[in-house]
Amino acid sequence: MGSITLEHVNKSFGGHQVIPDASLEIEDGAFVVFVGPSGCGKSTLLRLIAGLEDTTSGIIRLDGEDVTQRGPAHRGLAMVFQSYALYPHMTVRQNIAFPLKMANTDKATTERKVDDAARVLNLTDYLDRKPRQLSGGQRQRVAIGRAIVRQPKAFLFDEPLSNLDAALRVNMRIEITELHQHLKTTMVYVTHDQVEAMTMADKIVVLNAGRIEQYGTPMELYRTPANKFVAGFIGSPRMNFLEGAHAEKYRAATIGVRPEHLRISRESGDWHGRVGVVEHLGSDTFLHVHMEGVGLQTVRTEGEKEFVPGDTVWLSPDPSRIYRFDQSGLALR
Amino acid sequence: MATRESRTIARIMMAPSVIVLLIWMIVPLALTLWFSFQNYNLLNPVVTFAGWLNYQFFLTDPAFAQSIVNTLLLVGGVLLITVVGGIFLALLLDQPIWGQGIVRILVISPFFIMPPVAALIWKNMLMHPGYGIFARIAEAFGQQPIDWFAQVPLFSIILIVAWQWLPFATLILLTALQSLSEEQKEAAEMDGANAVRRFIYIILPHLARAITVVILIQTIFLLAIFAEVLVTTNGGPGYNSTNLAFLVYRTALLSFDVGGASAGGVIAVILANIVAIFLMRAVGRNLDA
Ligand SMILES: Nc1ncnc2c1ncn2[C@@H]1O[C@H](COP(=O)(O)OP(=O)(O)O)[C@@H](O)[C@H]1O
Ligand SMILES: [Mg+2]
Repeated sequence: MGSITLEHVNKSFGGHQVIPDASLEIEDGAFVVFVGPSGCGKSTLLRLIAGLEDTTSGIIRLDGEDVTQRGPAHRGLAMVFQSYALYPHMTVRQNIAFPLKMANTDKATTERKVDDAARVLNLTDYLDRKPRQLSGGQRQRVAIGRAIVRQPKAFLFDEPLSNLDAALRVNMRIEITELHQHLKTTMVYVTHDQVEAMTMADKIVVLNAGRIEQYGTPMELYRTPANKFVAGFIGSPRMNFLEGAHAEKYRAATIGVRPEHLRISRESGDWHGRVGVVEHLGSDTFLHVHMEGVGLQTVRTEGEKEFVPGDTVWLSPDPSRIYRFDQSGLALR
Repeated sequence: MATRESRTIARIMMAPSVIVLLIWMIVPLALTLWFSFQNYNLLNPVVTFAGWLNYQFFLTDPAFAQSIVNTLLLVGGVLLITVVGGIFLALLLDQPIWGQGIVRILVISPFFIMPPVAALIWKNMLMHPGYGIFARIAEAFGQQPIDWFAQVPLFSIILIVAWQWLPFATLILLTALQSLSEEQKEAAEMDGANAVRRFIYIILPHLARAITVVILIQTIFLLAIFAEVLVTTNGGPGYNSTNLAFLVYRTALLSFDVGGASAGGVIAVILANIVAIFLMRAVGRNLDA
């Protein structure tokens, strides 16, 4: 069991308000990702749930029970830190066994649980090593192992993959997702990387300056972003925004078109522009097109199409995939 | 130091300083060794070869055994007080408190006071049986004041020296404490470790290396404590507070026996090395990364 509820949670450091008013419902067993730019309060929100920070006001519930005043040790949650926070003087075995030792678990049970966790995480051959003798990905797994032996109500991850190289990051992303499918325990995962959010999450919380901008499944956020911020943040490459005359045609202050919803042609179209940088990714090609009076627009085409910088092209948005926003950035439907 | 050539050049470049250091060390040591085998008394102009006689006299001196015991007690006692007290103070100073900067400077300040001055302050202002503050406090509680330097001379000196070295230990341990990552402490907290267990399982192991440094450095200086003994008890009553350094001084300058004092000096060097080997065995492995 592990449902988490935030009710009007507010957090200030000194006079500086970091989380103005957050309300959120995380169902038992869900994989929820907090995503947002650096410094927007993701870690703070996670640490509030963990009990490592006190709320300034508001209520945090676990399984419906008010735990706002409870210390981190008594909430039954496990956390994986960005720096892994392994205990350097202990072996992998001792690290993983530490939470059990603190709970005064008997020897046989401890041994069995540690061995189980090590098997799930492919750490069996490394149990007698010290953390400094492990690679980044292995350290990450030890940190996860230390979290799972406790069988917590929920796992909290704070940017756990940001210290790994790109290839390993993709692997660990899959491993964590598989772990979630295997354990079926609630996981709350913080990242600034929208690709991680889109690929891993059941539901995404998009944060901006401490405010929850939108809460929904990855495809909901992609299809129906609530505002300009979410529209720009979710999706890669970023959505193109046009203002002024182009937007007025659609009776909006701003319109947004995703790069994959722009058709490009040498002969005719709605908007005229000149090709700037061309990025070939193999399967896809991203074209950065300069549009007179509007600026740079990104277009995504399949990899085979050959454009070179300097070509004059026409762009046409898919009319059913144009996002319209009002003056304050809210989506118009 | 990648290539053979650069290693050779490095050796040549380092040679002058190594040679100077060697001479610097060897000459006084050789002279001391030489004197220790001579009948060399400042009151007697004739210097003759003595063989092992100086060593025999020094080792059979009734004060010798006691001075060894006193030296070890002094080193051990001060280490115990400074390491335990240093950890305690470092933990306190690591807490965010108002006026942290000033408190830290206050804690460090005893280290800046010269040993004889510190000893005199303790002797005359704190521990004096007539007008010392300790005596006044004892009287206020209706107790007989303790005559510190007569009743517990060695313990008094241990207190004074510990007071001087506590800041050093505190400072080194505080620095080490501050290098402990916040996330590690938080991880332990989430893992269900209470404050005491966090101290035992996380903080103390983290401090192991710093504690080793404190013990090794302090031992070097504590083996040679001299000024505090000279200005407070003069080694007395009897030989109750005479350590090895003070015994060498007595032999050399109170009996003008240069040969005997040299023999004592050589013995002190040997003792220091025995202690050093013992310490490196006991705690030195903490220094390996
Ligand atoms: N302990 C703290 N004291 C003061 N300000 C803090 C503290 N922790 C975080 N903040 C501030 O709160 C804001 C959000 O921080 P954080 O939650 O770490 O952001 P994120 O994890 O999204 O990058 C930042 O502006 C940061 O400066
Ligand atoms: Mg963060």
